[in-house]
Amino acid sequence: MIGTIYTETVVYLAPDAFANDVPYQVAIVTLPDGTRITGRVIGERAAIDDRVEQVELRDGVPYFQRVK
Amino acid sequence: MRPVAIAAAGKTPFGAFPDRNLRSLAVEAGEKCLKNGHVSPSQVEAFYLGNFAGPSFVGQNHLAPYVSTALGIRDVPATRFEAACASGGSAFFHAFLAVASGVYDCVLVAGVEKMTSQPTARVTEILAGAGDCSGEIKAGSTFPSLFAMIARRHMYQFGTTREHLAAVAVKNHANGALNPDAHMRKVITMEQALAARPVAEPLHLYDCSLISDGAAAVLLMPADRARDFTSKPVRILGVAQASDFVALDQKQDITTFPAVRRAAQKAYEMAGVGPQDIQFAELHDCFTIAEIVALEDLGFVERGAGGPYEASGATARTGEKPINASGGLKSKGHPVGATGVAQLCDLVAQIRCEAGDMQLKRNSLGLAQNLGGSGASCVVSILGNV
Repeated sequence: MIGTIYTETVVYLAPDAFANDVPYQVAIVTLPDGTRITGRVIGERAAIDDRVEQVELRDGVPYFQRVK
Repeated sequence: MRPVAIAAAGKTPFGAFPDRNLRSLAVEAGEKCLKNGHVSPSQVEAFYLGNFAGPSFVGQNHLAPYVSTALGIRDVPATRFEAACASGGSAFFHAFLAVASGVYDCVLVAGVEKMTSQPTARVTEILAGAGDCSGEIKAGSTFPSLFAMIARRHMYQFGTTREHLAAVAVKNHANGALNPDAHMRKVITMEQALAARPVAEPLHLYDCSLISDGAAAVLLMPADRARDFTSKPVRILGVAQASDFVALDQKQDITTFPAVRRAAQKAYEMAGVGPQDIQFAELHDCFTIAEIVALEDLGFVERGAGGPYEASGATARTGEKPINASGGLKSKGHPVGATGVAQLCDLVAQIRCEAGDMQLKRNSLGLAQNLGGSGASCVVSILGNV
């Protein structure tokens, strides 16, 4: 599924549950039907308007990667 | 609805107080307030307490009677209100409704939070509870990261820069240096703000408000009765509360807060004034971007113009529209449940000409904006000279 980055950030200060992942990117992605979802971006850092595809779903959290 | 006034106010300093527990902070603020109004606890007809996460921070539930009885307030309704960082404002709004509608003639409102007995990582976790825990928080969002995403989008849509954000921080820290009750009284430079370590990009250390302990209280009475207790009653001209989605990903446009716009519109209507009439304001700068967006949502400037307006100096204490002359949450600190009530104490001090080094010349009509979470709750209050 391909979506577009609506907004994003890189987190440097996280609670214990995510401490090992720091720094990590979180993004709100606009999906083809117009709705939005919050997920993680793995691999290359994504910017607003980049197209991303969902590569994984871990415990209900979508993980996205930039599409070239 | 009859006219209502703030007859008295009182608060604690804000900071990290390892030797103070939650109840002692709330009692200090409450006692100062009652003393300020020459009112005895037995005259209080209801108690409204704003507190975000006492159960998580200190393990105590049932906080309103826990505090009211310690103040010597017995038998009357005592209730805790929670609306994330707008908990204090929400307690005030509901207390106002009860007095305005004629149910009570004397109501005490307090706000309190004790945050510093938990380590930062745990505080971050508790604060994240103001977000959508089933979605954005599970995905790894922290509270600062939600506002970071708002900032990122605001920069994309309007060209807002990190320098605009830093201008807010520099101004509020400069103002806070004049505030004896502020958590942080250190002045910072633009260079320091820009060079500070990142928390969640583009927000860096000085873009984020502090983790603090503190409490504040105000006493509400019908306006004519207030004159029997104080020579300086402060009229509540307008107050409104509004709500919106908790999750950022459910909102159409995250660069504006519908709850702020709606609460502002209703408060302006009740007061019969417009944004151009407001002489000074205490706004909810939990993060620097929040003050910029608030300027826009309150109608002080056009959409997207908040950053340049801050950079122009217009919002400085010497500017045309002083914002956060108290130092704002940035410098005062942000004991979450106390903040909304403390903003009102700051407005009252200005209007009564009791603000000391922070005193503004144009002090007749002030506005307080108290925001909950990343915009799901907002209370806007307009106070003025009778």
